[in-house]
Amino acid sequence: MALLIVLLPLLASFIAGFFGRAIGDRGAQLVTCGGMCISAVLAIVLFPQILAHEDPQVVTMFQWIVSGGVDVEWSLRLDTLSGVMLLVVSIVSAMVHIYSIGYMHGDPGIPRFMAYLSLFTFFMLALVTANNFVQMFFGWEGVGLCSYLLIGYWYDRASANAASIKAFIVNRIGDFGFALGIFATFVIFGSLDFDTVFGKAPSAVGTTISFLGWQVPSLTLACILLFIGAMGKSAQLGLHTWLPDAMEGPTPVSALIHAATMVTAGVFMVARLSPMFEYAPGALAVVGVIGGTTAFFAGTIGMAQNDIKRVIAYSTCSQLGYMFFGAGVSAYGAAIFHLFTHAFFKALLFLCAGSVIHAMSAEQDMRRMGGLWKKIPYTYALMWIGSLSLAGIPFFSGYFSKDSILESAWLAGTPVGKYSFTLGVFTAFLTAFYSWRLLIMTFHGESRADHETQHHIHESPWVMLAPLFVLAAGAIFAGFLFEGWFVGPERSEFWKHSILVLPQHQTLGSGRELPVLIAFLPLIAGVVGIALAYVCYMFRPDIPERVSTQFRALYLFLLNKWYFDELYDRLFVRTAFSLGDGLWKTGDGAIIDGLGPDGIAAATRELAREASRLQTGYVYHYAFAMLIGVVALVTWYLVPR
Amino acid sequence: MDAIKDHPHAEERPKGASRSTHSGLAVAMIVQIVMFYIFAAVAVASGVMVIAARNPVHSVLFLILAFFNSAGLFILLGAEFLAMILVIVYVGAVAVLFLFVVMMLDIDFAQLRSGFMRYLPVGALIGIILFAELISFALLHWVIAPGVTGVEAAPLPKGGIGITNTRALGDVLYTRYIFAFQASGVILLIAMIGAIVLTLRRRPDSRRQSISEQLARTRAETIEIVKVPLGGGIAARGGD
Amino acid sequence: MAPGLPHYLTVAAILFTLGIFGIFLNRKNVIIIMMSIELMLLAVNINFVAFSVLLNDMAGQVFAMFVLTVAAAEAAIGLAILVVYFRNRGTIQVEDIRMMRG
Repeated sequence: MALLIVLLPLLASFIAGFFGRAIGDRGAQLVTCGGMCISAVLAIVLFPQILAHEDPQVVTMFQWIVSGGVDVEWSLRLDTLSGVMLLVVSIVSAMVHIYSIGYMHGDPGIPRFMAYLSLFTFFMLALVTANNFVQMFFGWEGVGLCSYLLIGYWYDRASANAASIKAFIVNRIGDFGFALGIFATFVIFGSLDFDTVFGKAPSAVGTTISFLGWQVPSLTLACILLFIGAMGKSAQLGLHTWLPDAMEGPTPVSALIHAATMVTAGVFMVARLSPMFEYAPGALAVVGVIGGTTAFFAGTIGMAQNDIKRVIAYSTCSQLGYMFFGAGVSAYGAAIFHLFTHAFFKALLFLCAGSVIHAMSAEQDMRRMGGLWKKIPYTYALMWIGSLSLAGIPFFSGYFSKDSILESAWLAGTPVGKYSFTLGVFTAFLTAFYSWRLLIMTFHGESRADHETQHHIHESPWVMLAPLFVLAAGAIFAGFLFEGWFVGPERSEFWKHSILVLPQHQTLGSGRELPVLIAFLPLIAGVVGIALAYVCYMFRPDIPERVSTQFRALYLFLLNKWYFDELYDRLFVRTAFSLGDGLWKTGDGAIIDGLGPDGIAAATRELAREASRLQTGYVYHYAFAMLIGVVALVTWYLVPR
Repeated sequence: MDAIKDHPHAEERPKGASRSTHSGLAVAMIVQIVMFYIFAAVAVASGVMVIAARNPVHSVLFLILAFFNSAGLFILLGAEFLAMILVIVYVGAVAVLFLFVVMMLDIDFAQLRSGFMRYLPVGALIGIILFAELISFALLHWVIAPGVTGVEAAPLPKGGIGITNTRALGDVLYTRYIFAFQASGVILLIAMIGAIVLTLRRRPDSRRQSISEQLARTRAETIEIVKVPLGGGIAARGGD
Repeated sequence: MAPGLPHYLTVAAILFTLGIFGIFLNRKNVIIIMMSIELMLLAVNINFVAFSVLLNDMAGQVFAMFVLTVAAAEAAIGLAILVVYFRNRGTIQVEDIRMMRG
C-alpha cells in the first residue's frame, strides 16, 4: 500500500504529461486529482497501521547500486516520521490539485501543470519515505527540479524564467553541501543505509576527519554539510534569496511547494537524521542559531513588503526558521509538529491569497487592494482563520506548535536556546503585525483598485473554496487534536525510534519549570502585534507613512530585503559572470580557439598567402628556384663525403 | 685518364707513321691539345655572348658558333657521327628556327634592365657553387665509385678496332635501345603536330572543305520534298 | 696537358653554368631563355660523350642522340608557344609575362 501511495502520483503525472493532449484538460485534471486523492486516503488509512508497529517497516523494492562499498537499494521506510510526512504531503497536495482546477482555469497548459504537480508530489513522497541517503537525495533533487519547472511554468515571462533559474541555482548550492555531507557520511560510516548509519553514530563521536587540510570532528562536519543542504532547500538565511522570487509561479505552486512541502524537506531531513545530529552538538548549535536568525530576519522584511504573496513567502521563511531552531534545541517533535500545522495554515493562507488575486484579476500589490471583505466574505473568513493560526492565538493549531517550540528553546537552557527564544518571541510579534497588516490592507478600508478591477471582483468558485475549507479544518483542529501525540505525554510512544532525543537534550516534559511569564510571552507578543497593526492601518493610517519617511534608511533596508540580493549580485553573480566572460572570450576564444581551430586556420591562411608569393608568374624565377633546389640537393649529397 | 690513347683511331692514324711514329704521334698530340683549347675557349666565349649580346640576332649567331665548336670537341673525342648530327640538327634546324622566330617577332634592342643587378649576387653565388660541384669531380681527383660502372648492363665495348662511330652507334641503337629510338620518333612526330596546331591561323575568308562536316550531313538538312503546283516554280519558296 | 676527362667536364660545366645564368639573369626576352636551355643541353651532351669515351660504353653517345632529338622537339614546341603568345600579347619581354602569378 505504501508503494501505491508513492507511485500513484508518478503514474498520474506520466499519463497527464505524455497523453495530456489526448485526454484533454478535464482528463488530465481527473487523472491527477484522482490519483492524488486516492494517495491521500491511503496515507490516512496507512497511518494507524504504521503507528501499530514498534519498529520502522522497510518495504524493499529492488537493488539500485552495488559498487565497491556502496550498496543502495530502492526501499521505503515507514515509521512515524515518514507516516506524518506522508499525511501532510498527500493531503495538502490533493487539496492543491483540486484548487488548481479552478485557479488555472483557462490556462493553455493545464495537463502540463497537473503533471508537474503530481510529479513533484511523487518526488516529495520518495524523499520522505527514503531509507538511505541516496534515495533521499534523489527525492531532494527531484523536488528541486519540479520547483524549477513549476516556478517557470509561465515560461514566456522573463521574470519567471529568471526566478526559476535563481531557485534552482541557489538550491544547487545547498545540494552541493548536501552531497558533500553524504560523502562525509560514507567516509565516516562506510554505508549509506539509514539503519546502519544510525546504529554506528554513537561510535563516531570524537573521531576526526580530514577536511581541506584540517582535522575536524567528523560527525559535526557531516551534519553541518547536510544542514547546508537543508538551508538551501528551506530558504534559511544565506540561501534564502530564491524564495520570494519563487512567487513568480502560480499560487497553487507557492502553496504546495513553497509553504507546505518542499521547503519543509530541510526540517524533515534534520529530524530524520536526528540520530546523527544528536551526537553533534556543534551542528545542532549551528542549526539553532541560523534558524533563530532566519526567523527574525524574515519577519522584519515581511513587515515592509507590498506584494501579498511575498509577505506570505517571508512568513514561510520565518516559520521555517522556527522549525529549525526547534530542531536545534533537540525538540524534533515540536519542529515536526509545527511543520504539520504550518502546512495547513500556510497552504490555506496562500490559497486564500490566490483567491484574492483571482478576484482582483491578477492584481498582487496590496496597495491597490482594499475593501474586499464584503465582496469575498468566504475568502476573508478563511484568511482570518489562517492568520489566527499563524499568529499563535490559543486554540488554533499554530498556538500549540509555536508555543511548544518556544518553550523548548527556553527550557534547553543553552545560550543558543536563549538566543532563539528571544528572537522567536520578537518574531511572533512581527508575525502577528504583518499578518494583520496584510488582512487590513487587503480587505478593509476604501478600495484602492481601479474601476475596471472593482467591477470584476467575485468570490471564487466552489472548486477552489472546498479545499480551503478542508485546510481550514486542519488549521483549526490539527493542533489541539495532535498536540498530545507530537509533543505531549504520548510522544515517545508516538515517535518511537523515528526520531532520537538524547536524555541530556530533553526539553519538553523534562520536568524543568517554565516561568508563567515565559509561557505567556509569545501570546502577549502576538496580541500586541495585532493591536499595533490595527492602530497603524485601520485607525491611524498616517503612522506608517510618517514612520517610513522618518526612518527612511531602515524602511528601505527592510523593503530591499536587507540588500541580500544586491550583495550576492556583487559578490557572486558579477564575479561568476566576469569569470565566465573571461573564460569565454579569453580562455575559450583567444586561447583555445586561437591556438586551435581559428588559430590554425588563420595560420594556414597566412602561410598560404606567404607561400603564394613564391608564385610570381616569371618563369625564370621558377627556374631559379629549381636551380637552388638542385644545388642544395647536390651539396647535401656531396658535402658529407 | 688518357682515354684518348685507347681510341681505336689513335692506333690507326699514323698509317704511314712507321718512319716517324714517335714524332708523328707527338705532333698529333699537340694538334689535339691546341685544337681542344681553341674549341673550348671559343665555345665558352660564344656562350657568354649568347647571354650578353644586346641584339637577339647576335645571340642566335653566337649560339650557332657555340654549337660548331662543340661539334669540334665531339670530333676530338672520336664521336664524329654525333658531331655531324649536332651540326645538322642543332645548327641547321634548331638555331635556324630560332633565327626565324627572332626575326619574325621583330624584337627591339633591349637595354640592360635595372633588375639585372639585383639578382646578380645571389645568382653568381649559386652559379659558382654549382660550377664548383660540377668540376669537383675532376679537380679533386675523385674516382668513380667502383659500383657505378656496373649500373646498367655490362659496359658495351665500343666495338673492335676499325669500327666507325656511325657503325658503333648503329650497333647499339637498333638493338638495345630500339624502344627509346621509336619513342623519340614519336616525340618528334608529336612536336611537329603540336607546333603546327599551335600556330596555325586560318584566314577568315578562305573557303575550304571540311570533310567531316560533309560526311556528317543528315538527310533532314539536305533534302526537302516540295509539292510544286503545275506550271509554277519554286522561286516563291526561296529555292533556287 | 693532354685534354683528359676533367677538361671536357670543365668545359661542360662552364657551359652549363652559363646556361643557368642565362635563364634568370636575362631581362631582355624569352628567347634568351630558350637559347640558354639549348646551351645547357649542349653541355650535358658533352658530358655524356666524354663519359662514354671514358667508360668504353656506347650508351652515353646513344643518349646524347636522344637528348638531341628531344631538344629539337622541345625547341620547336617552345618556339611555337612563343609565337602564339606574341600574337596574343604583342610582347615577349620577360617582365611582362606574369599572368600565372599566384
